Amino acid sequence: MLIKKPDDITPSDITPESNYLSRRQIIAGLAAGVAFPAANVRAATLPLAGDLGDVKKSPLSTDAKPNSWEDITTYNNFYELGTGKSDPAKNAEYLKPRPWSITVSGEADVTGTFDIEDFIKPHTLEERIYRLRCVEAWSMIVPWVGVPLADIIKTFKPNSKAKYVSFETLYDREQMPGQRFRVLDWPYREGLTIAEAMHPLTIMAVGLYGKVLPNQNGAPMRLVVPWKYGFKSIKSIVGIRFSEKQPPTSWNMSAPNEYGFYANVNPEVDHPRWSQASERRIGASLFAKRAPTLMFNGYAEQVASLYDGLDLRRNF
Amino acid sequence: MPGSKRWSTLQRVRYIGKPIVFTLCLVPFLWIALTAFGLTGDDLGANPVETLMDYFGTLGLRFVLIALAVTPLRKLTGWAWLSLFRRMIGLFAAFYVSNHFLVYLILDQGLVLGPVIEDVVKRPYITIGFTALLLLLAMAATSTFAMRRRMGKRWQQLHNSVYVVGILGVWHYWWQVKSASDILEPSIYLLVLCLLLGLRLYWRLARPRPVSRNANRANPEGAA
Repeated sequence: MLIKKPDDITPSDITPESNYLSRRQIIAGLAAGVAFPAANVRAATLPLAGDLGDVKKSPLSTDAKPNSWEDITTYNNFYELGTGKSDPAKNAEYLKPRPWSITVSGEADVTGTFDIEDFIKPHTLEERIYRLRCVEAWSMIVPWVGVPLADIIKTFKPNSKAKYVSFETLYDREQMPGQRFRVLDWPYREGLTIAEAMHPLTIMAVGLYGKVLPNQNGAPMRLVVPWKYGFKSIKSIVGIRFSEKQPPTSWNMSAPNEYGFYANVNPEVDHPRWSQASERRIGASLFAKRAPTLMFNGYAEQVASLYDGLDLRRNF
Repeated sequence: MPGSKRWSTLQRVRYIGKPIVFTLCLVPFLWIALTAFGLTGDDLGANPVETLMDYFGTLGLRFVLIALAVTPLRKLTGWAWLSLFRRMIGLFAAFYVSNHFLVYLILDQGLVLGPVIEDVVKRPYITIGFTALLLLLAMAATSTFAMRRRMGKRWQQLHNSVYVVGILGVWHYWWQVKSASDILEPSIYLLVLCLLLGLRLYWRLARPRPVSRNANRANPEGAA
């Protein structure tokens, strides 16, 4: 039986069409540079493939040498495209990153469904070379290209009830063959507190090495939260929702004793089945030593204050 | 084997069978060693340490299961000479599991013993894997005929722990799997293990009760 369960009624369902059409004009206005007079860098266009053009360098980038394109695009987790590390690259062709739209809903003044182009265009693309620490205790350095999530969020004018932001990956078994297996409760869901989402380190990535983000890395648009374990950085996003309550998140739903909502990189709090004190750097030689894992993946200076007074052992 | 009529079965196993089986058992090791040096056109991937660890671990488990399959195969086929390969296969199981552990100890943990001891003590799947390794090494160390003779009855008791090794090995693999779809491979090993142990249980239960004067006689064939 294929009776579709009705989704929860969202504020956008109640919003008259004329309203959100006018909201789209607001967004279009932003695209024209009204709210973001980024003087010297032109508004980003988002090609389907190839180079992203001028990309601003960021002082938030690490100086460490990035992993190779090969490492980053052939060794990663993206269960929607298979559970093996090389499966996402092999199954990348199934995913069609155009046309692509993103639905924004919940506690915000501007909600609705937006095309990926309109979504990214108003903002300035930046290169962010970040450390990436997987919960499985391996790590990479990745030169992402993206937009600060805060810039994107501001355009939707979340209201005072917006305490959390949640994200959803595309659910489509044709494009994501891994979803034919109930490895997780699809679609993949992730969430952040609004403070985490607004933090300058948090970005929506649309590129890698100055090029359009490859499908296996979460095209056309994925989250990157560098001080959290990689699974928080949800890929191929089609939904963004502002909420008052903490949203359910996929790995936490699947194994709540192993994966918390926060999932901050923390060498002092082990995974129940393995140590998080050290990590293996991908791309290093066979004889390279493990590197010690740093608190908040080395971003403690910037983000530790977000968690003042929070017991990180309990809120792992 | 036509043309070798003058040879006994024992000689054929010793001079033809064993060298062939030995070489076959060594092929996976040679393959990965050559791959590590880039001589097979393949490489160890982005995470070579993980590749090696998984490779040797899987091989070790497969050899344990092959060793456990020898006796049931012998009973089903009636080929008594199959038993003559059992020790070699068991030794290869110990060899590959040792490699698995050495990759973890040397390449992954860089011979820093603190975290290794912590892993063995604190992480149940490593505890059971390590236990299986110790049992395999104990069996390997006592695998000579001289040791067998010297240990008498206790030899059989020790070598019966190969059943425990099979269970621990599958369990060790099963426990570190992250999600439902990755369970496919350990499920296959579990199925094979259940079949191999189930056959033994079936034969034991189906066997007619021994007559009283034989009741205490040790099984002359060793582990069944």
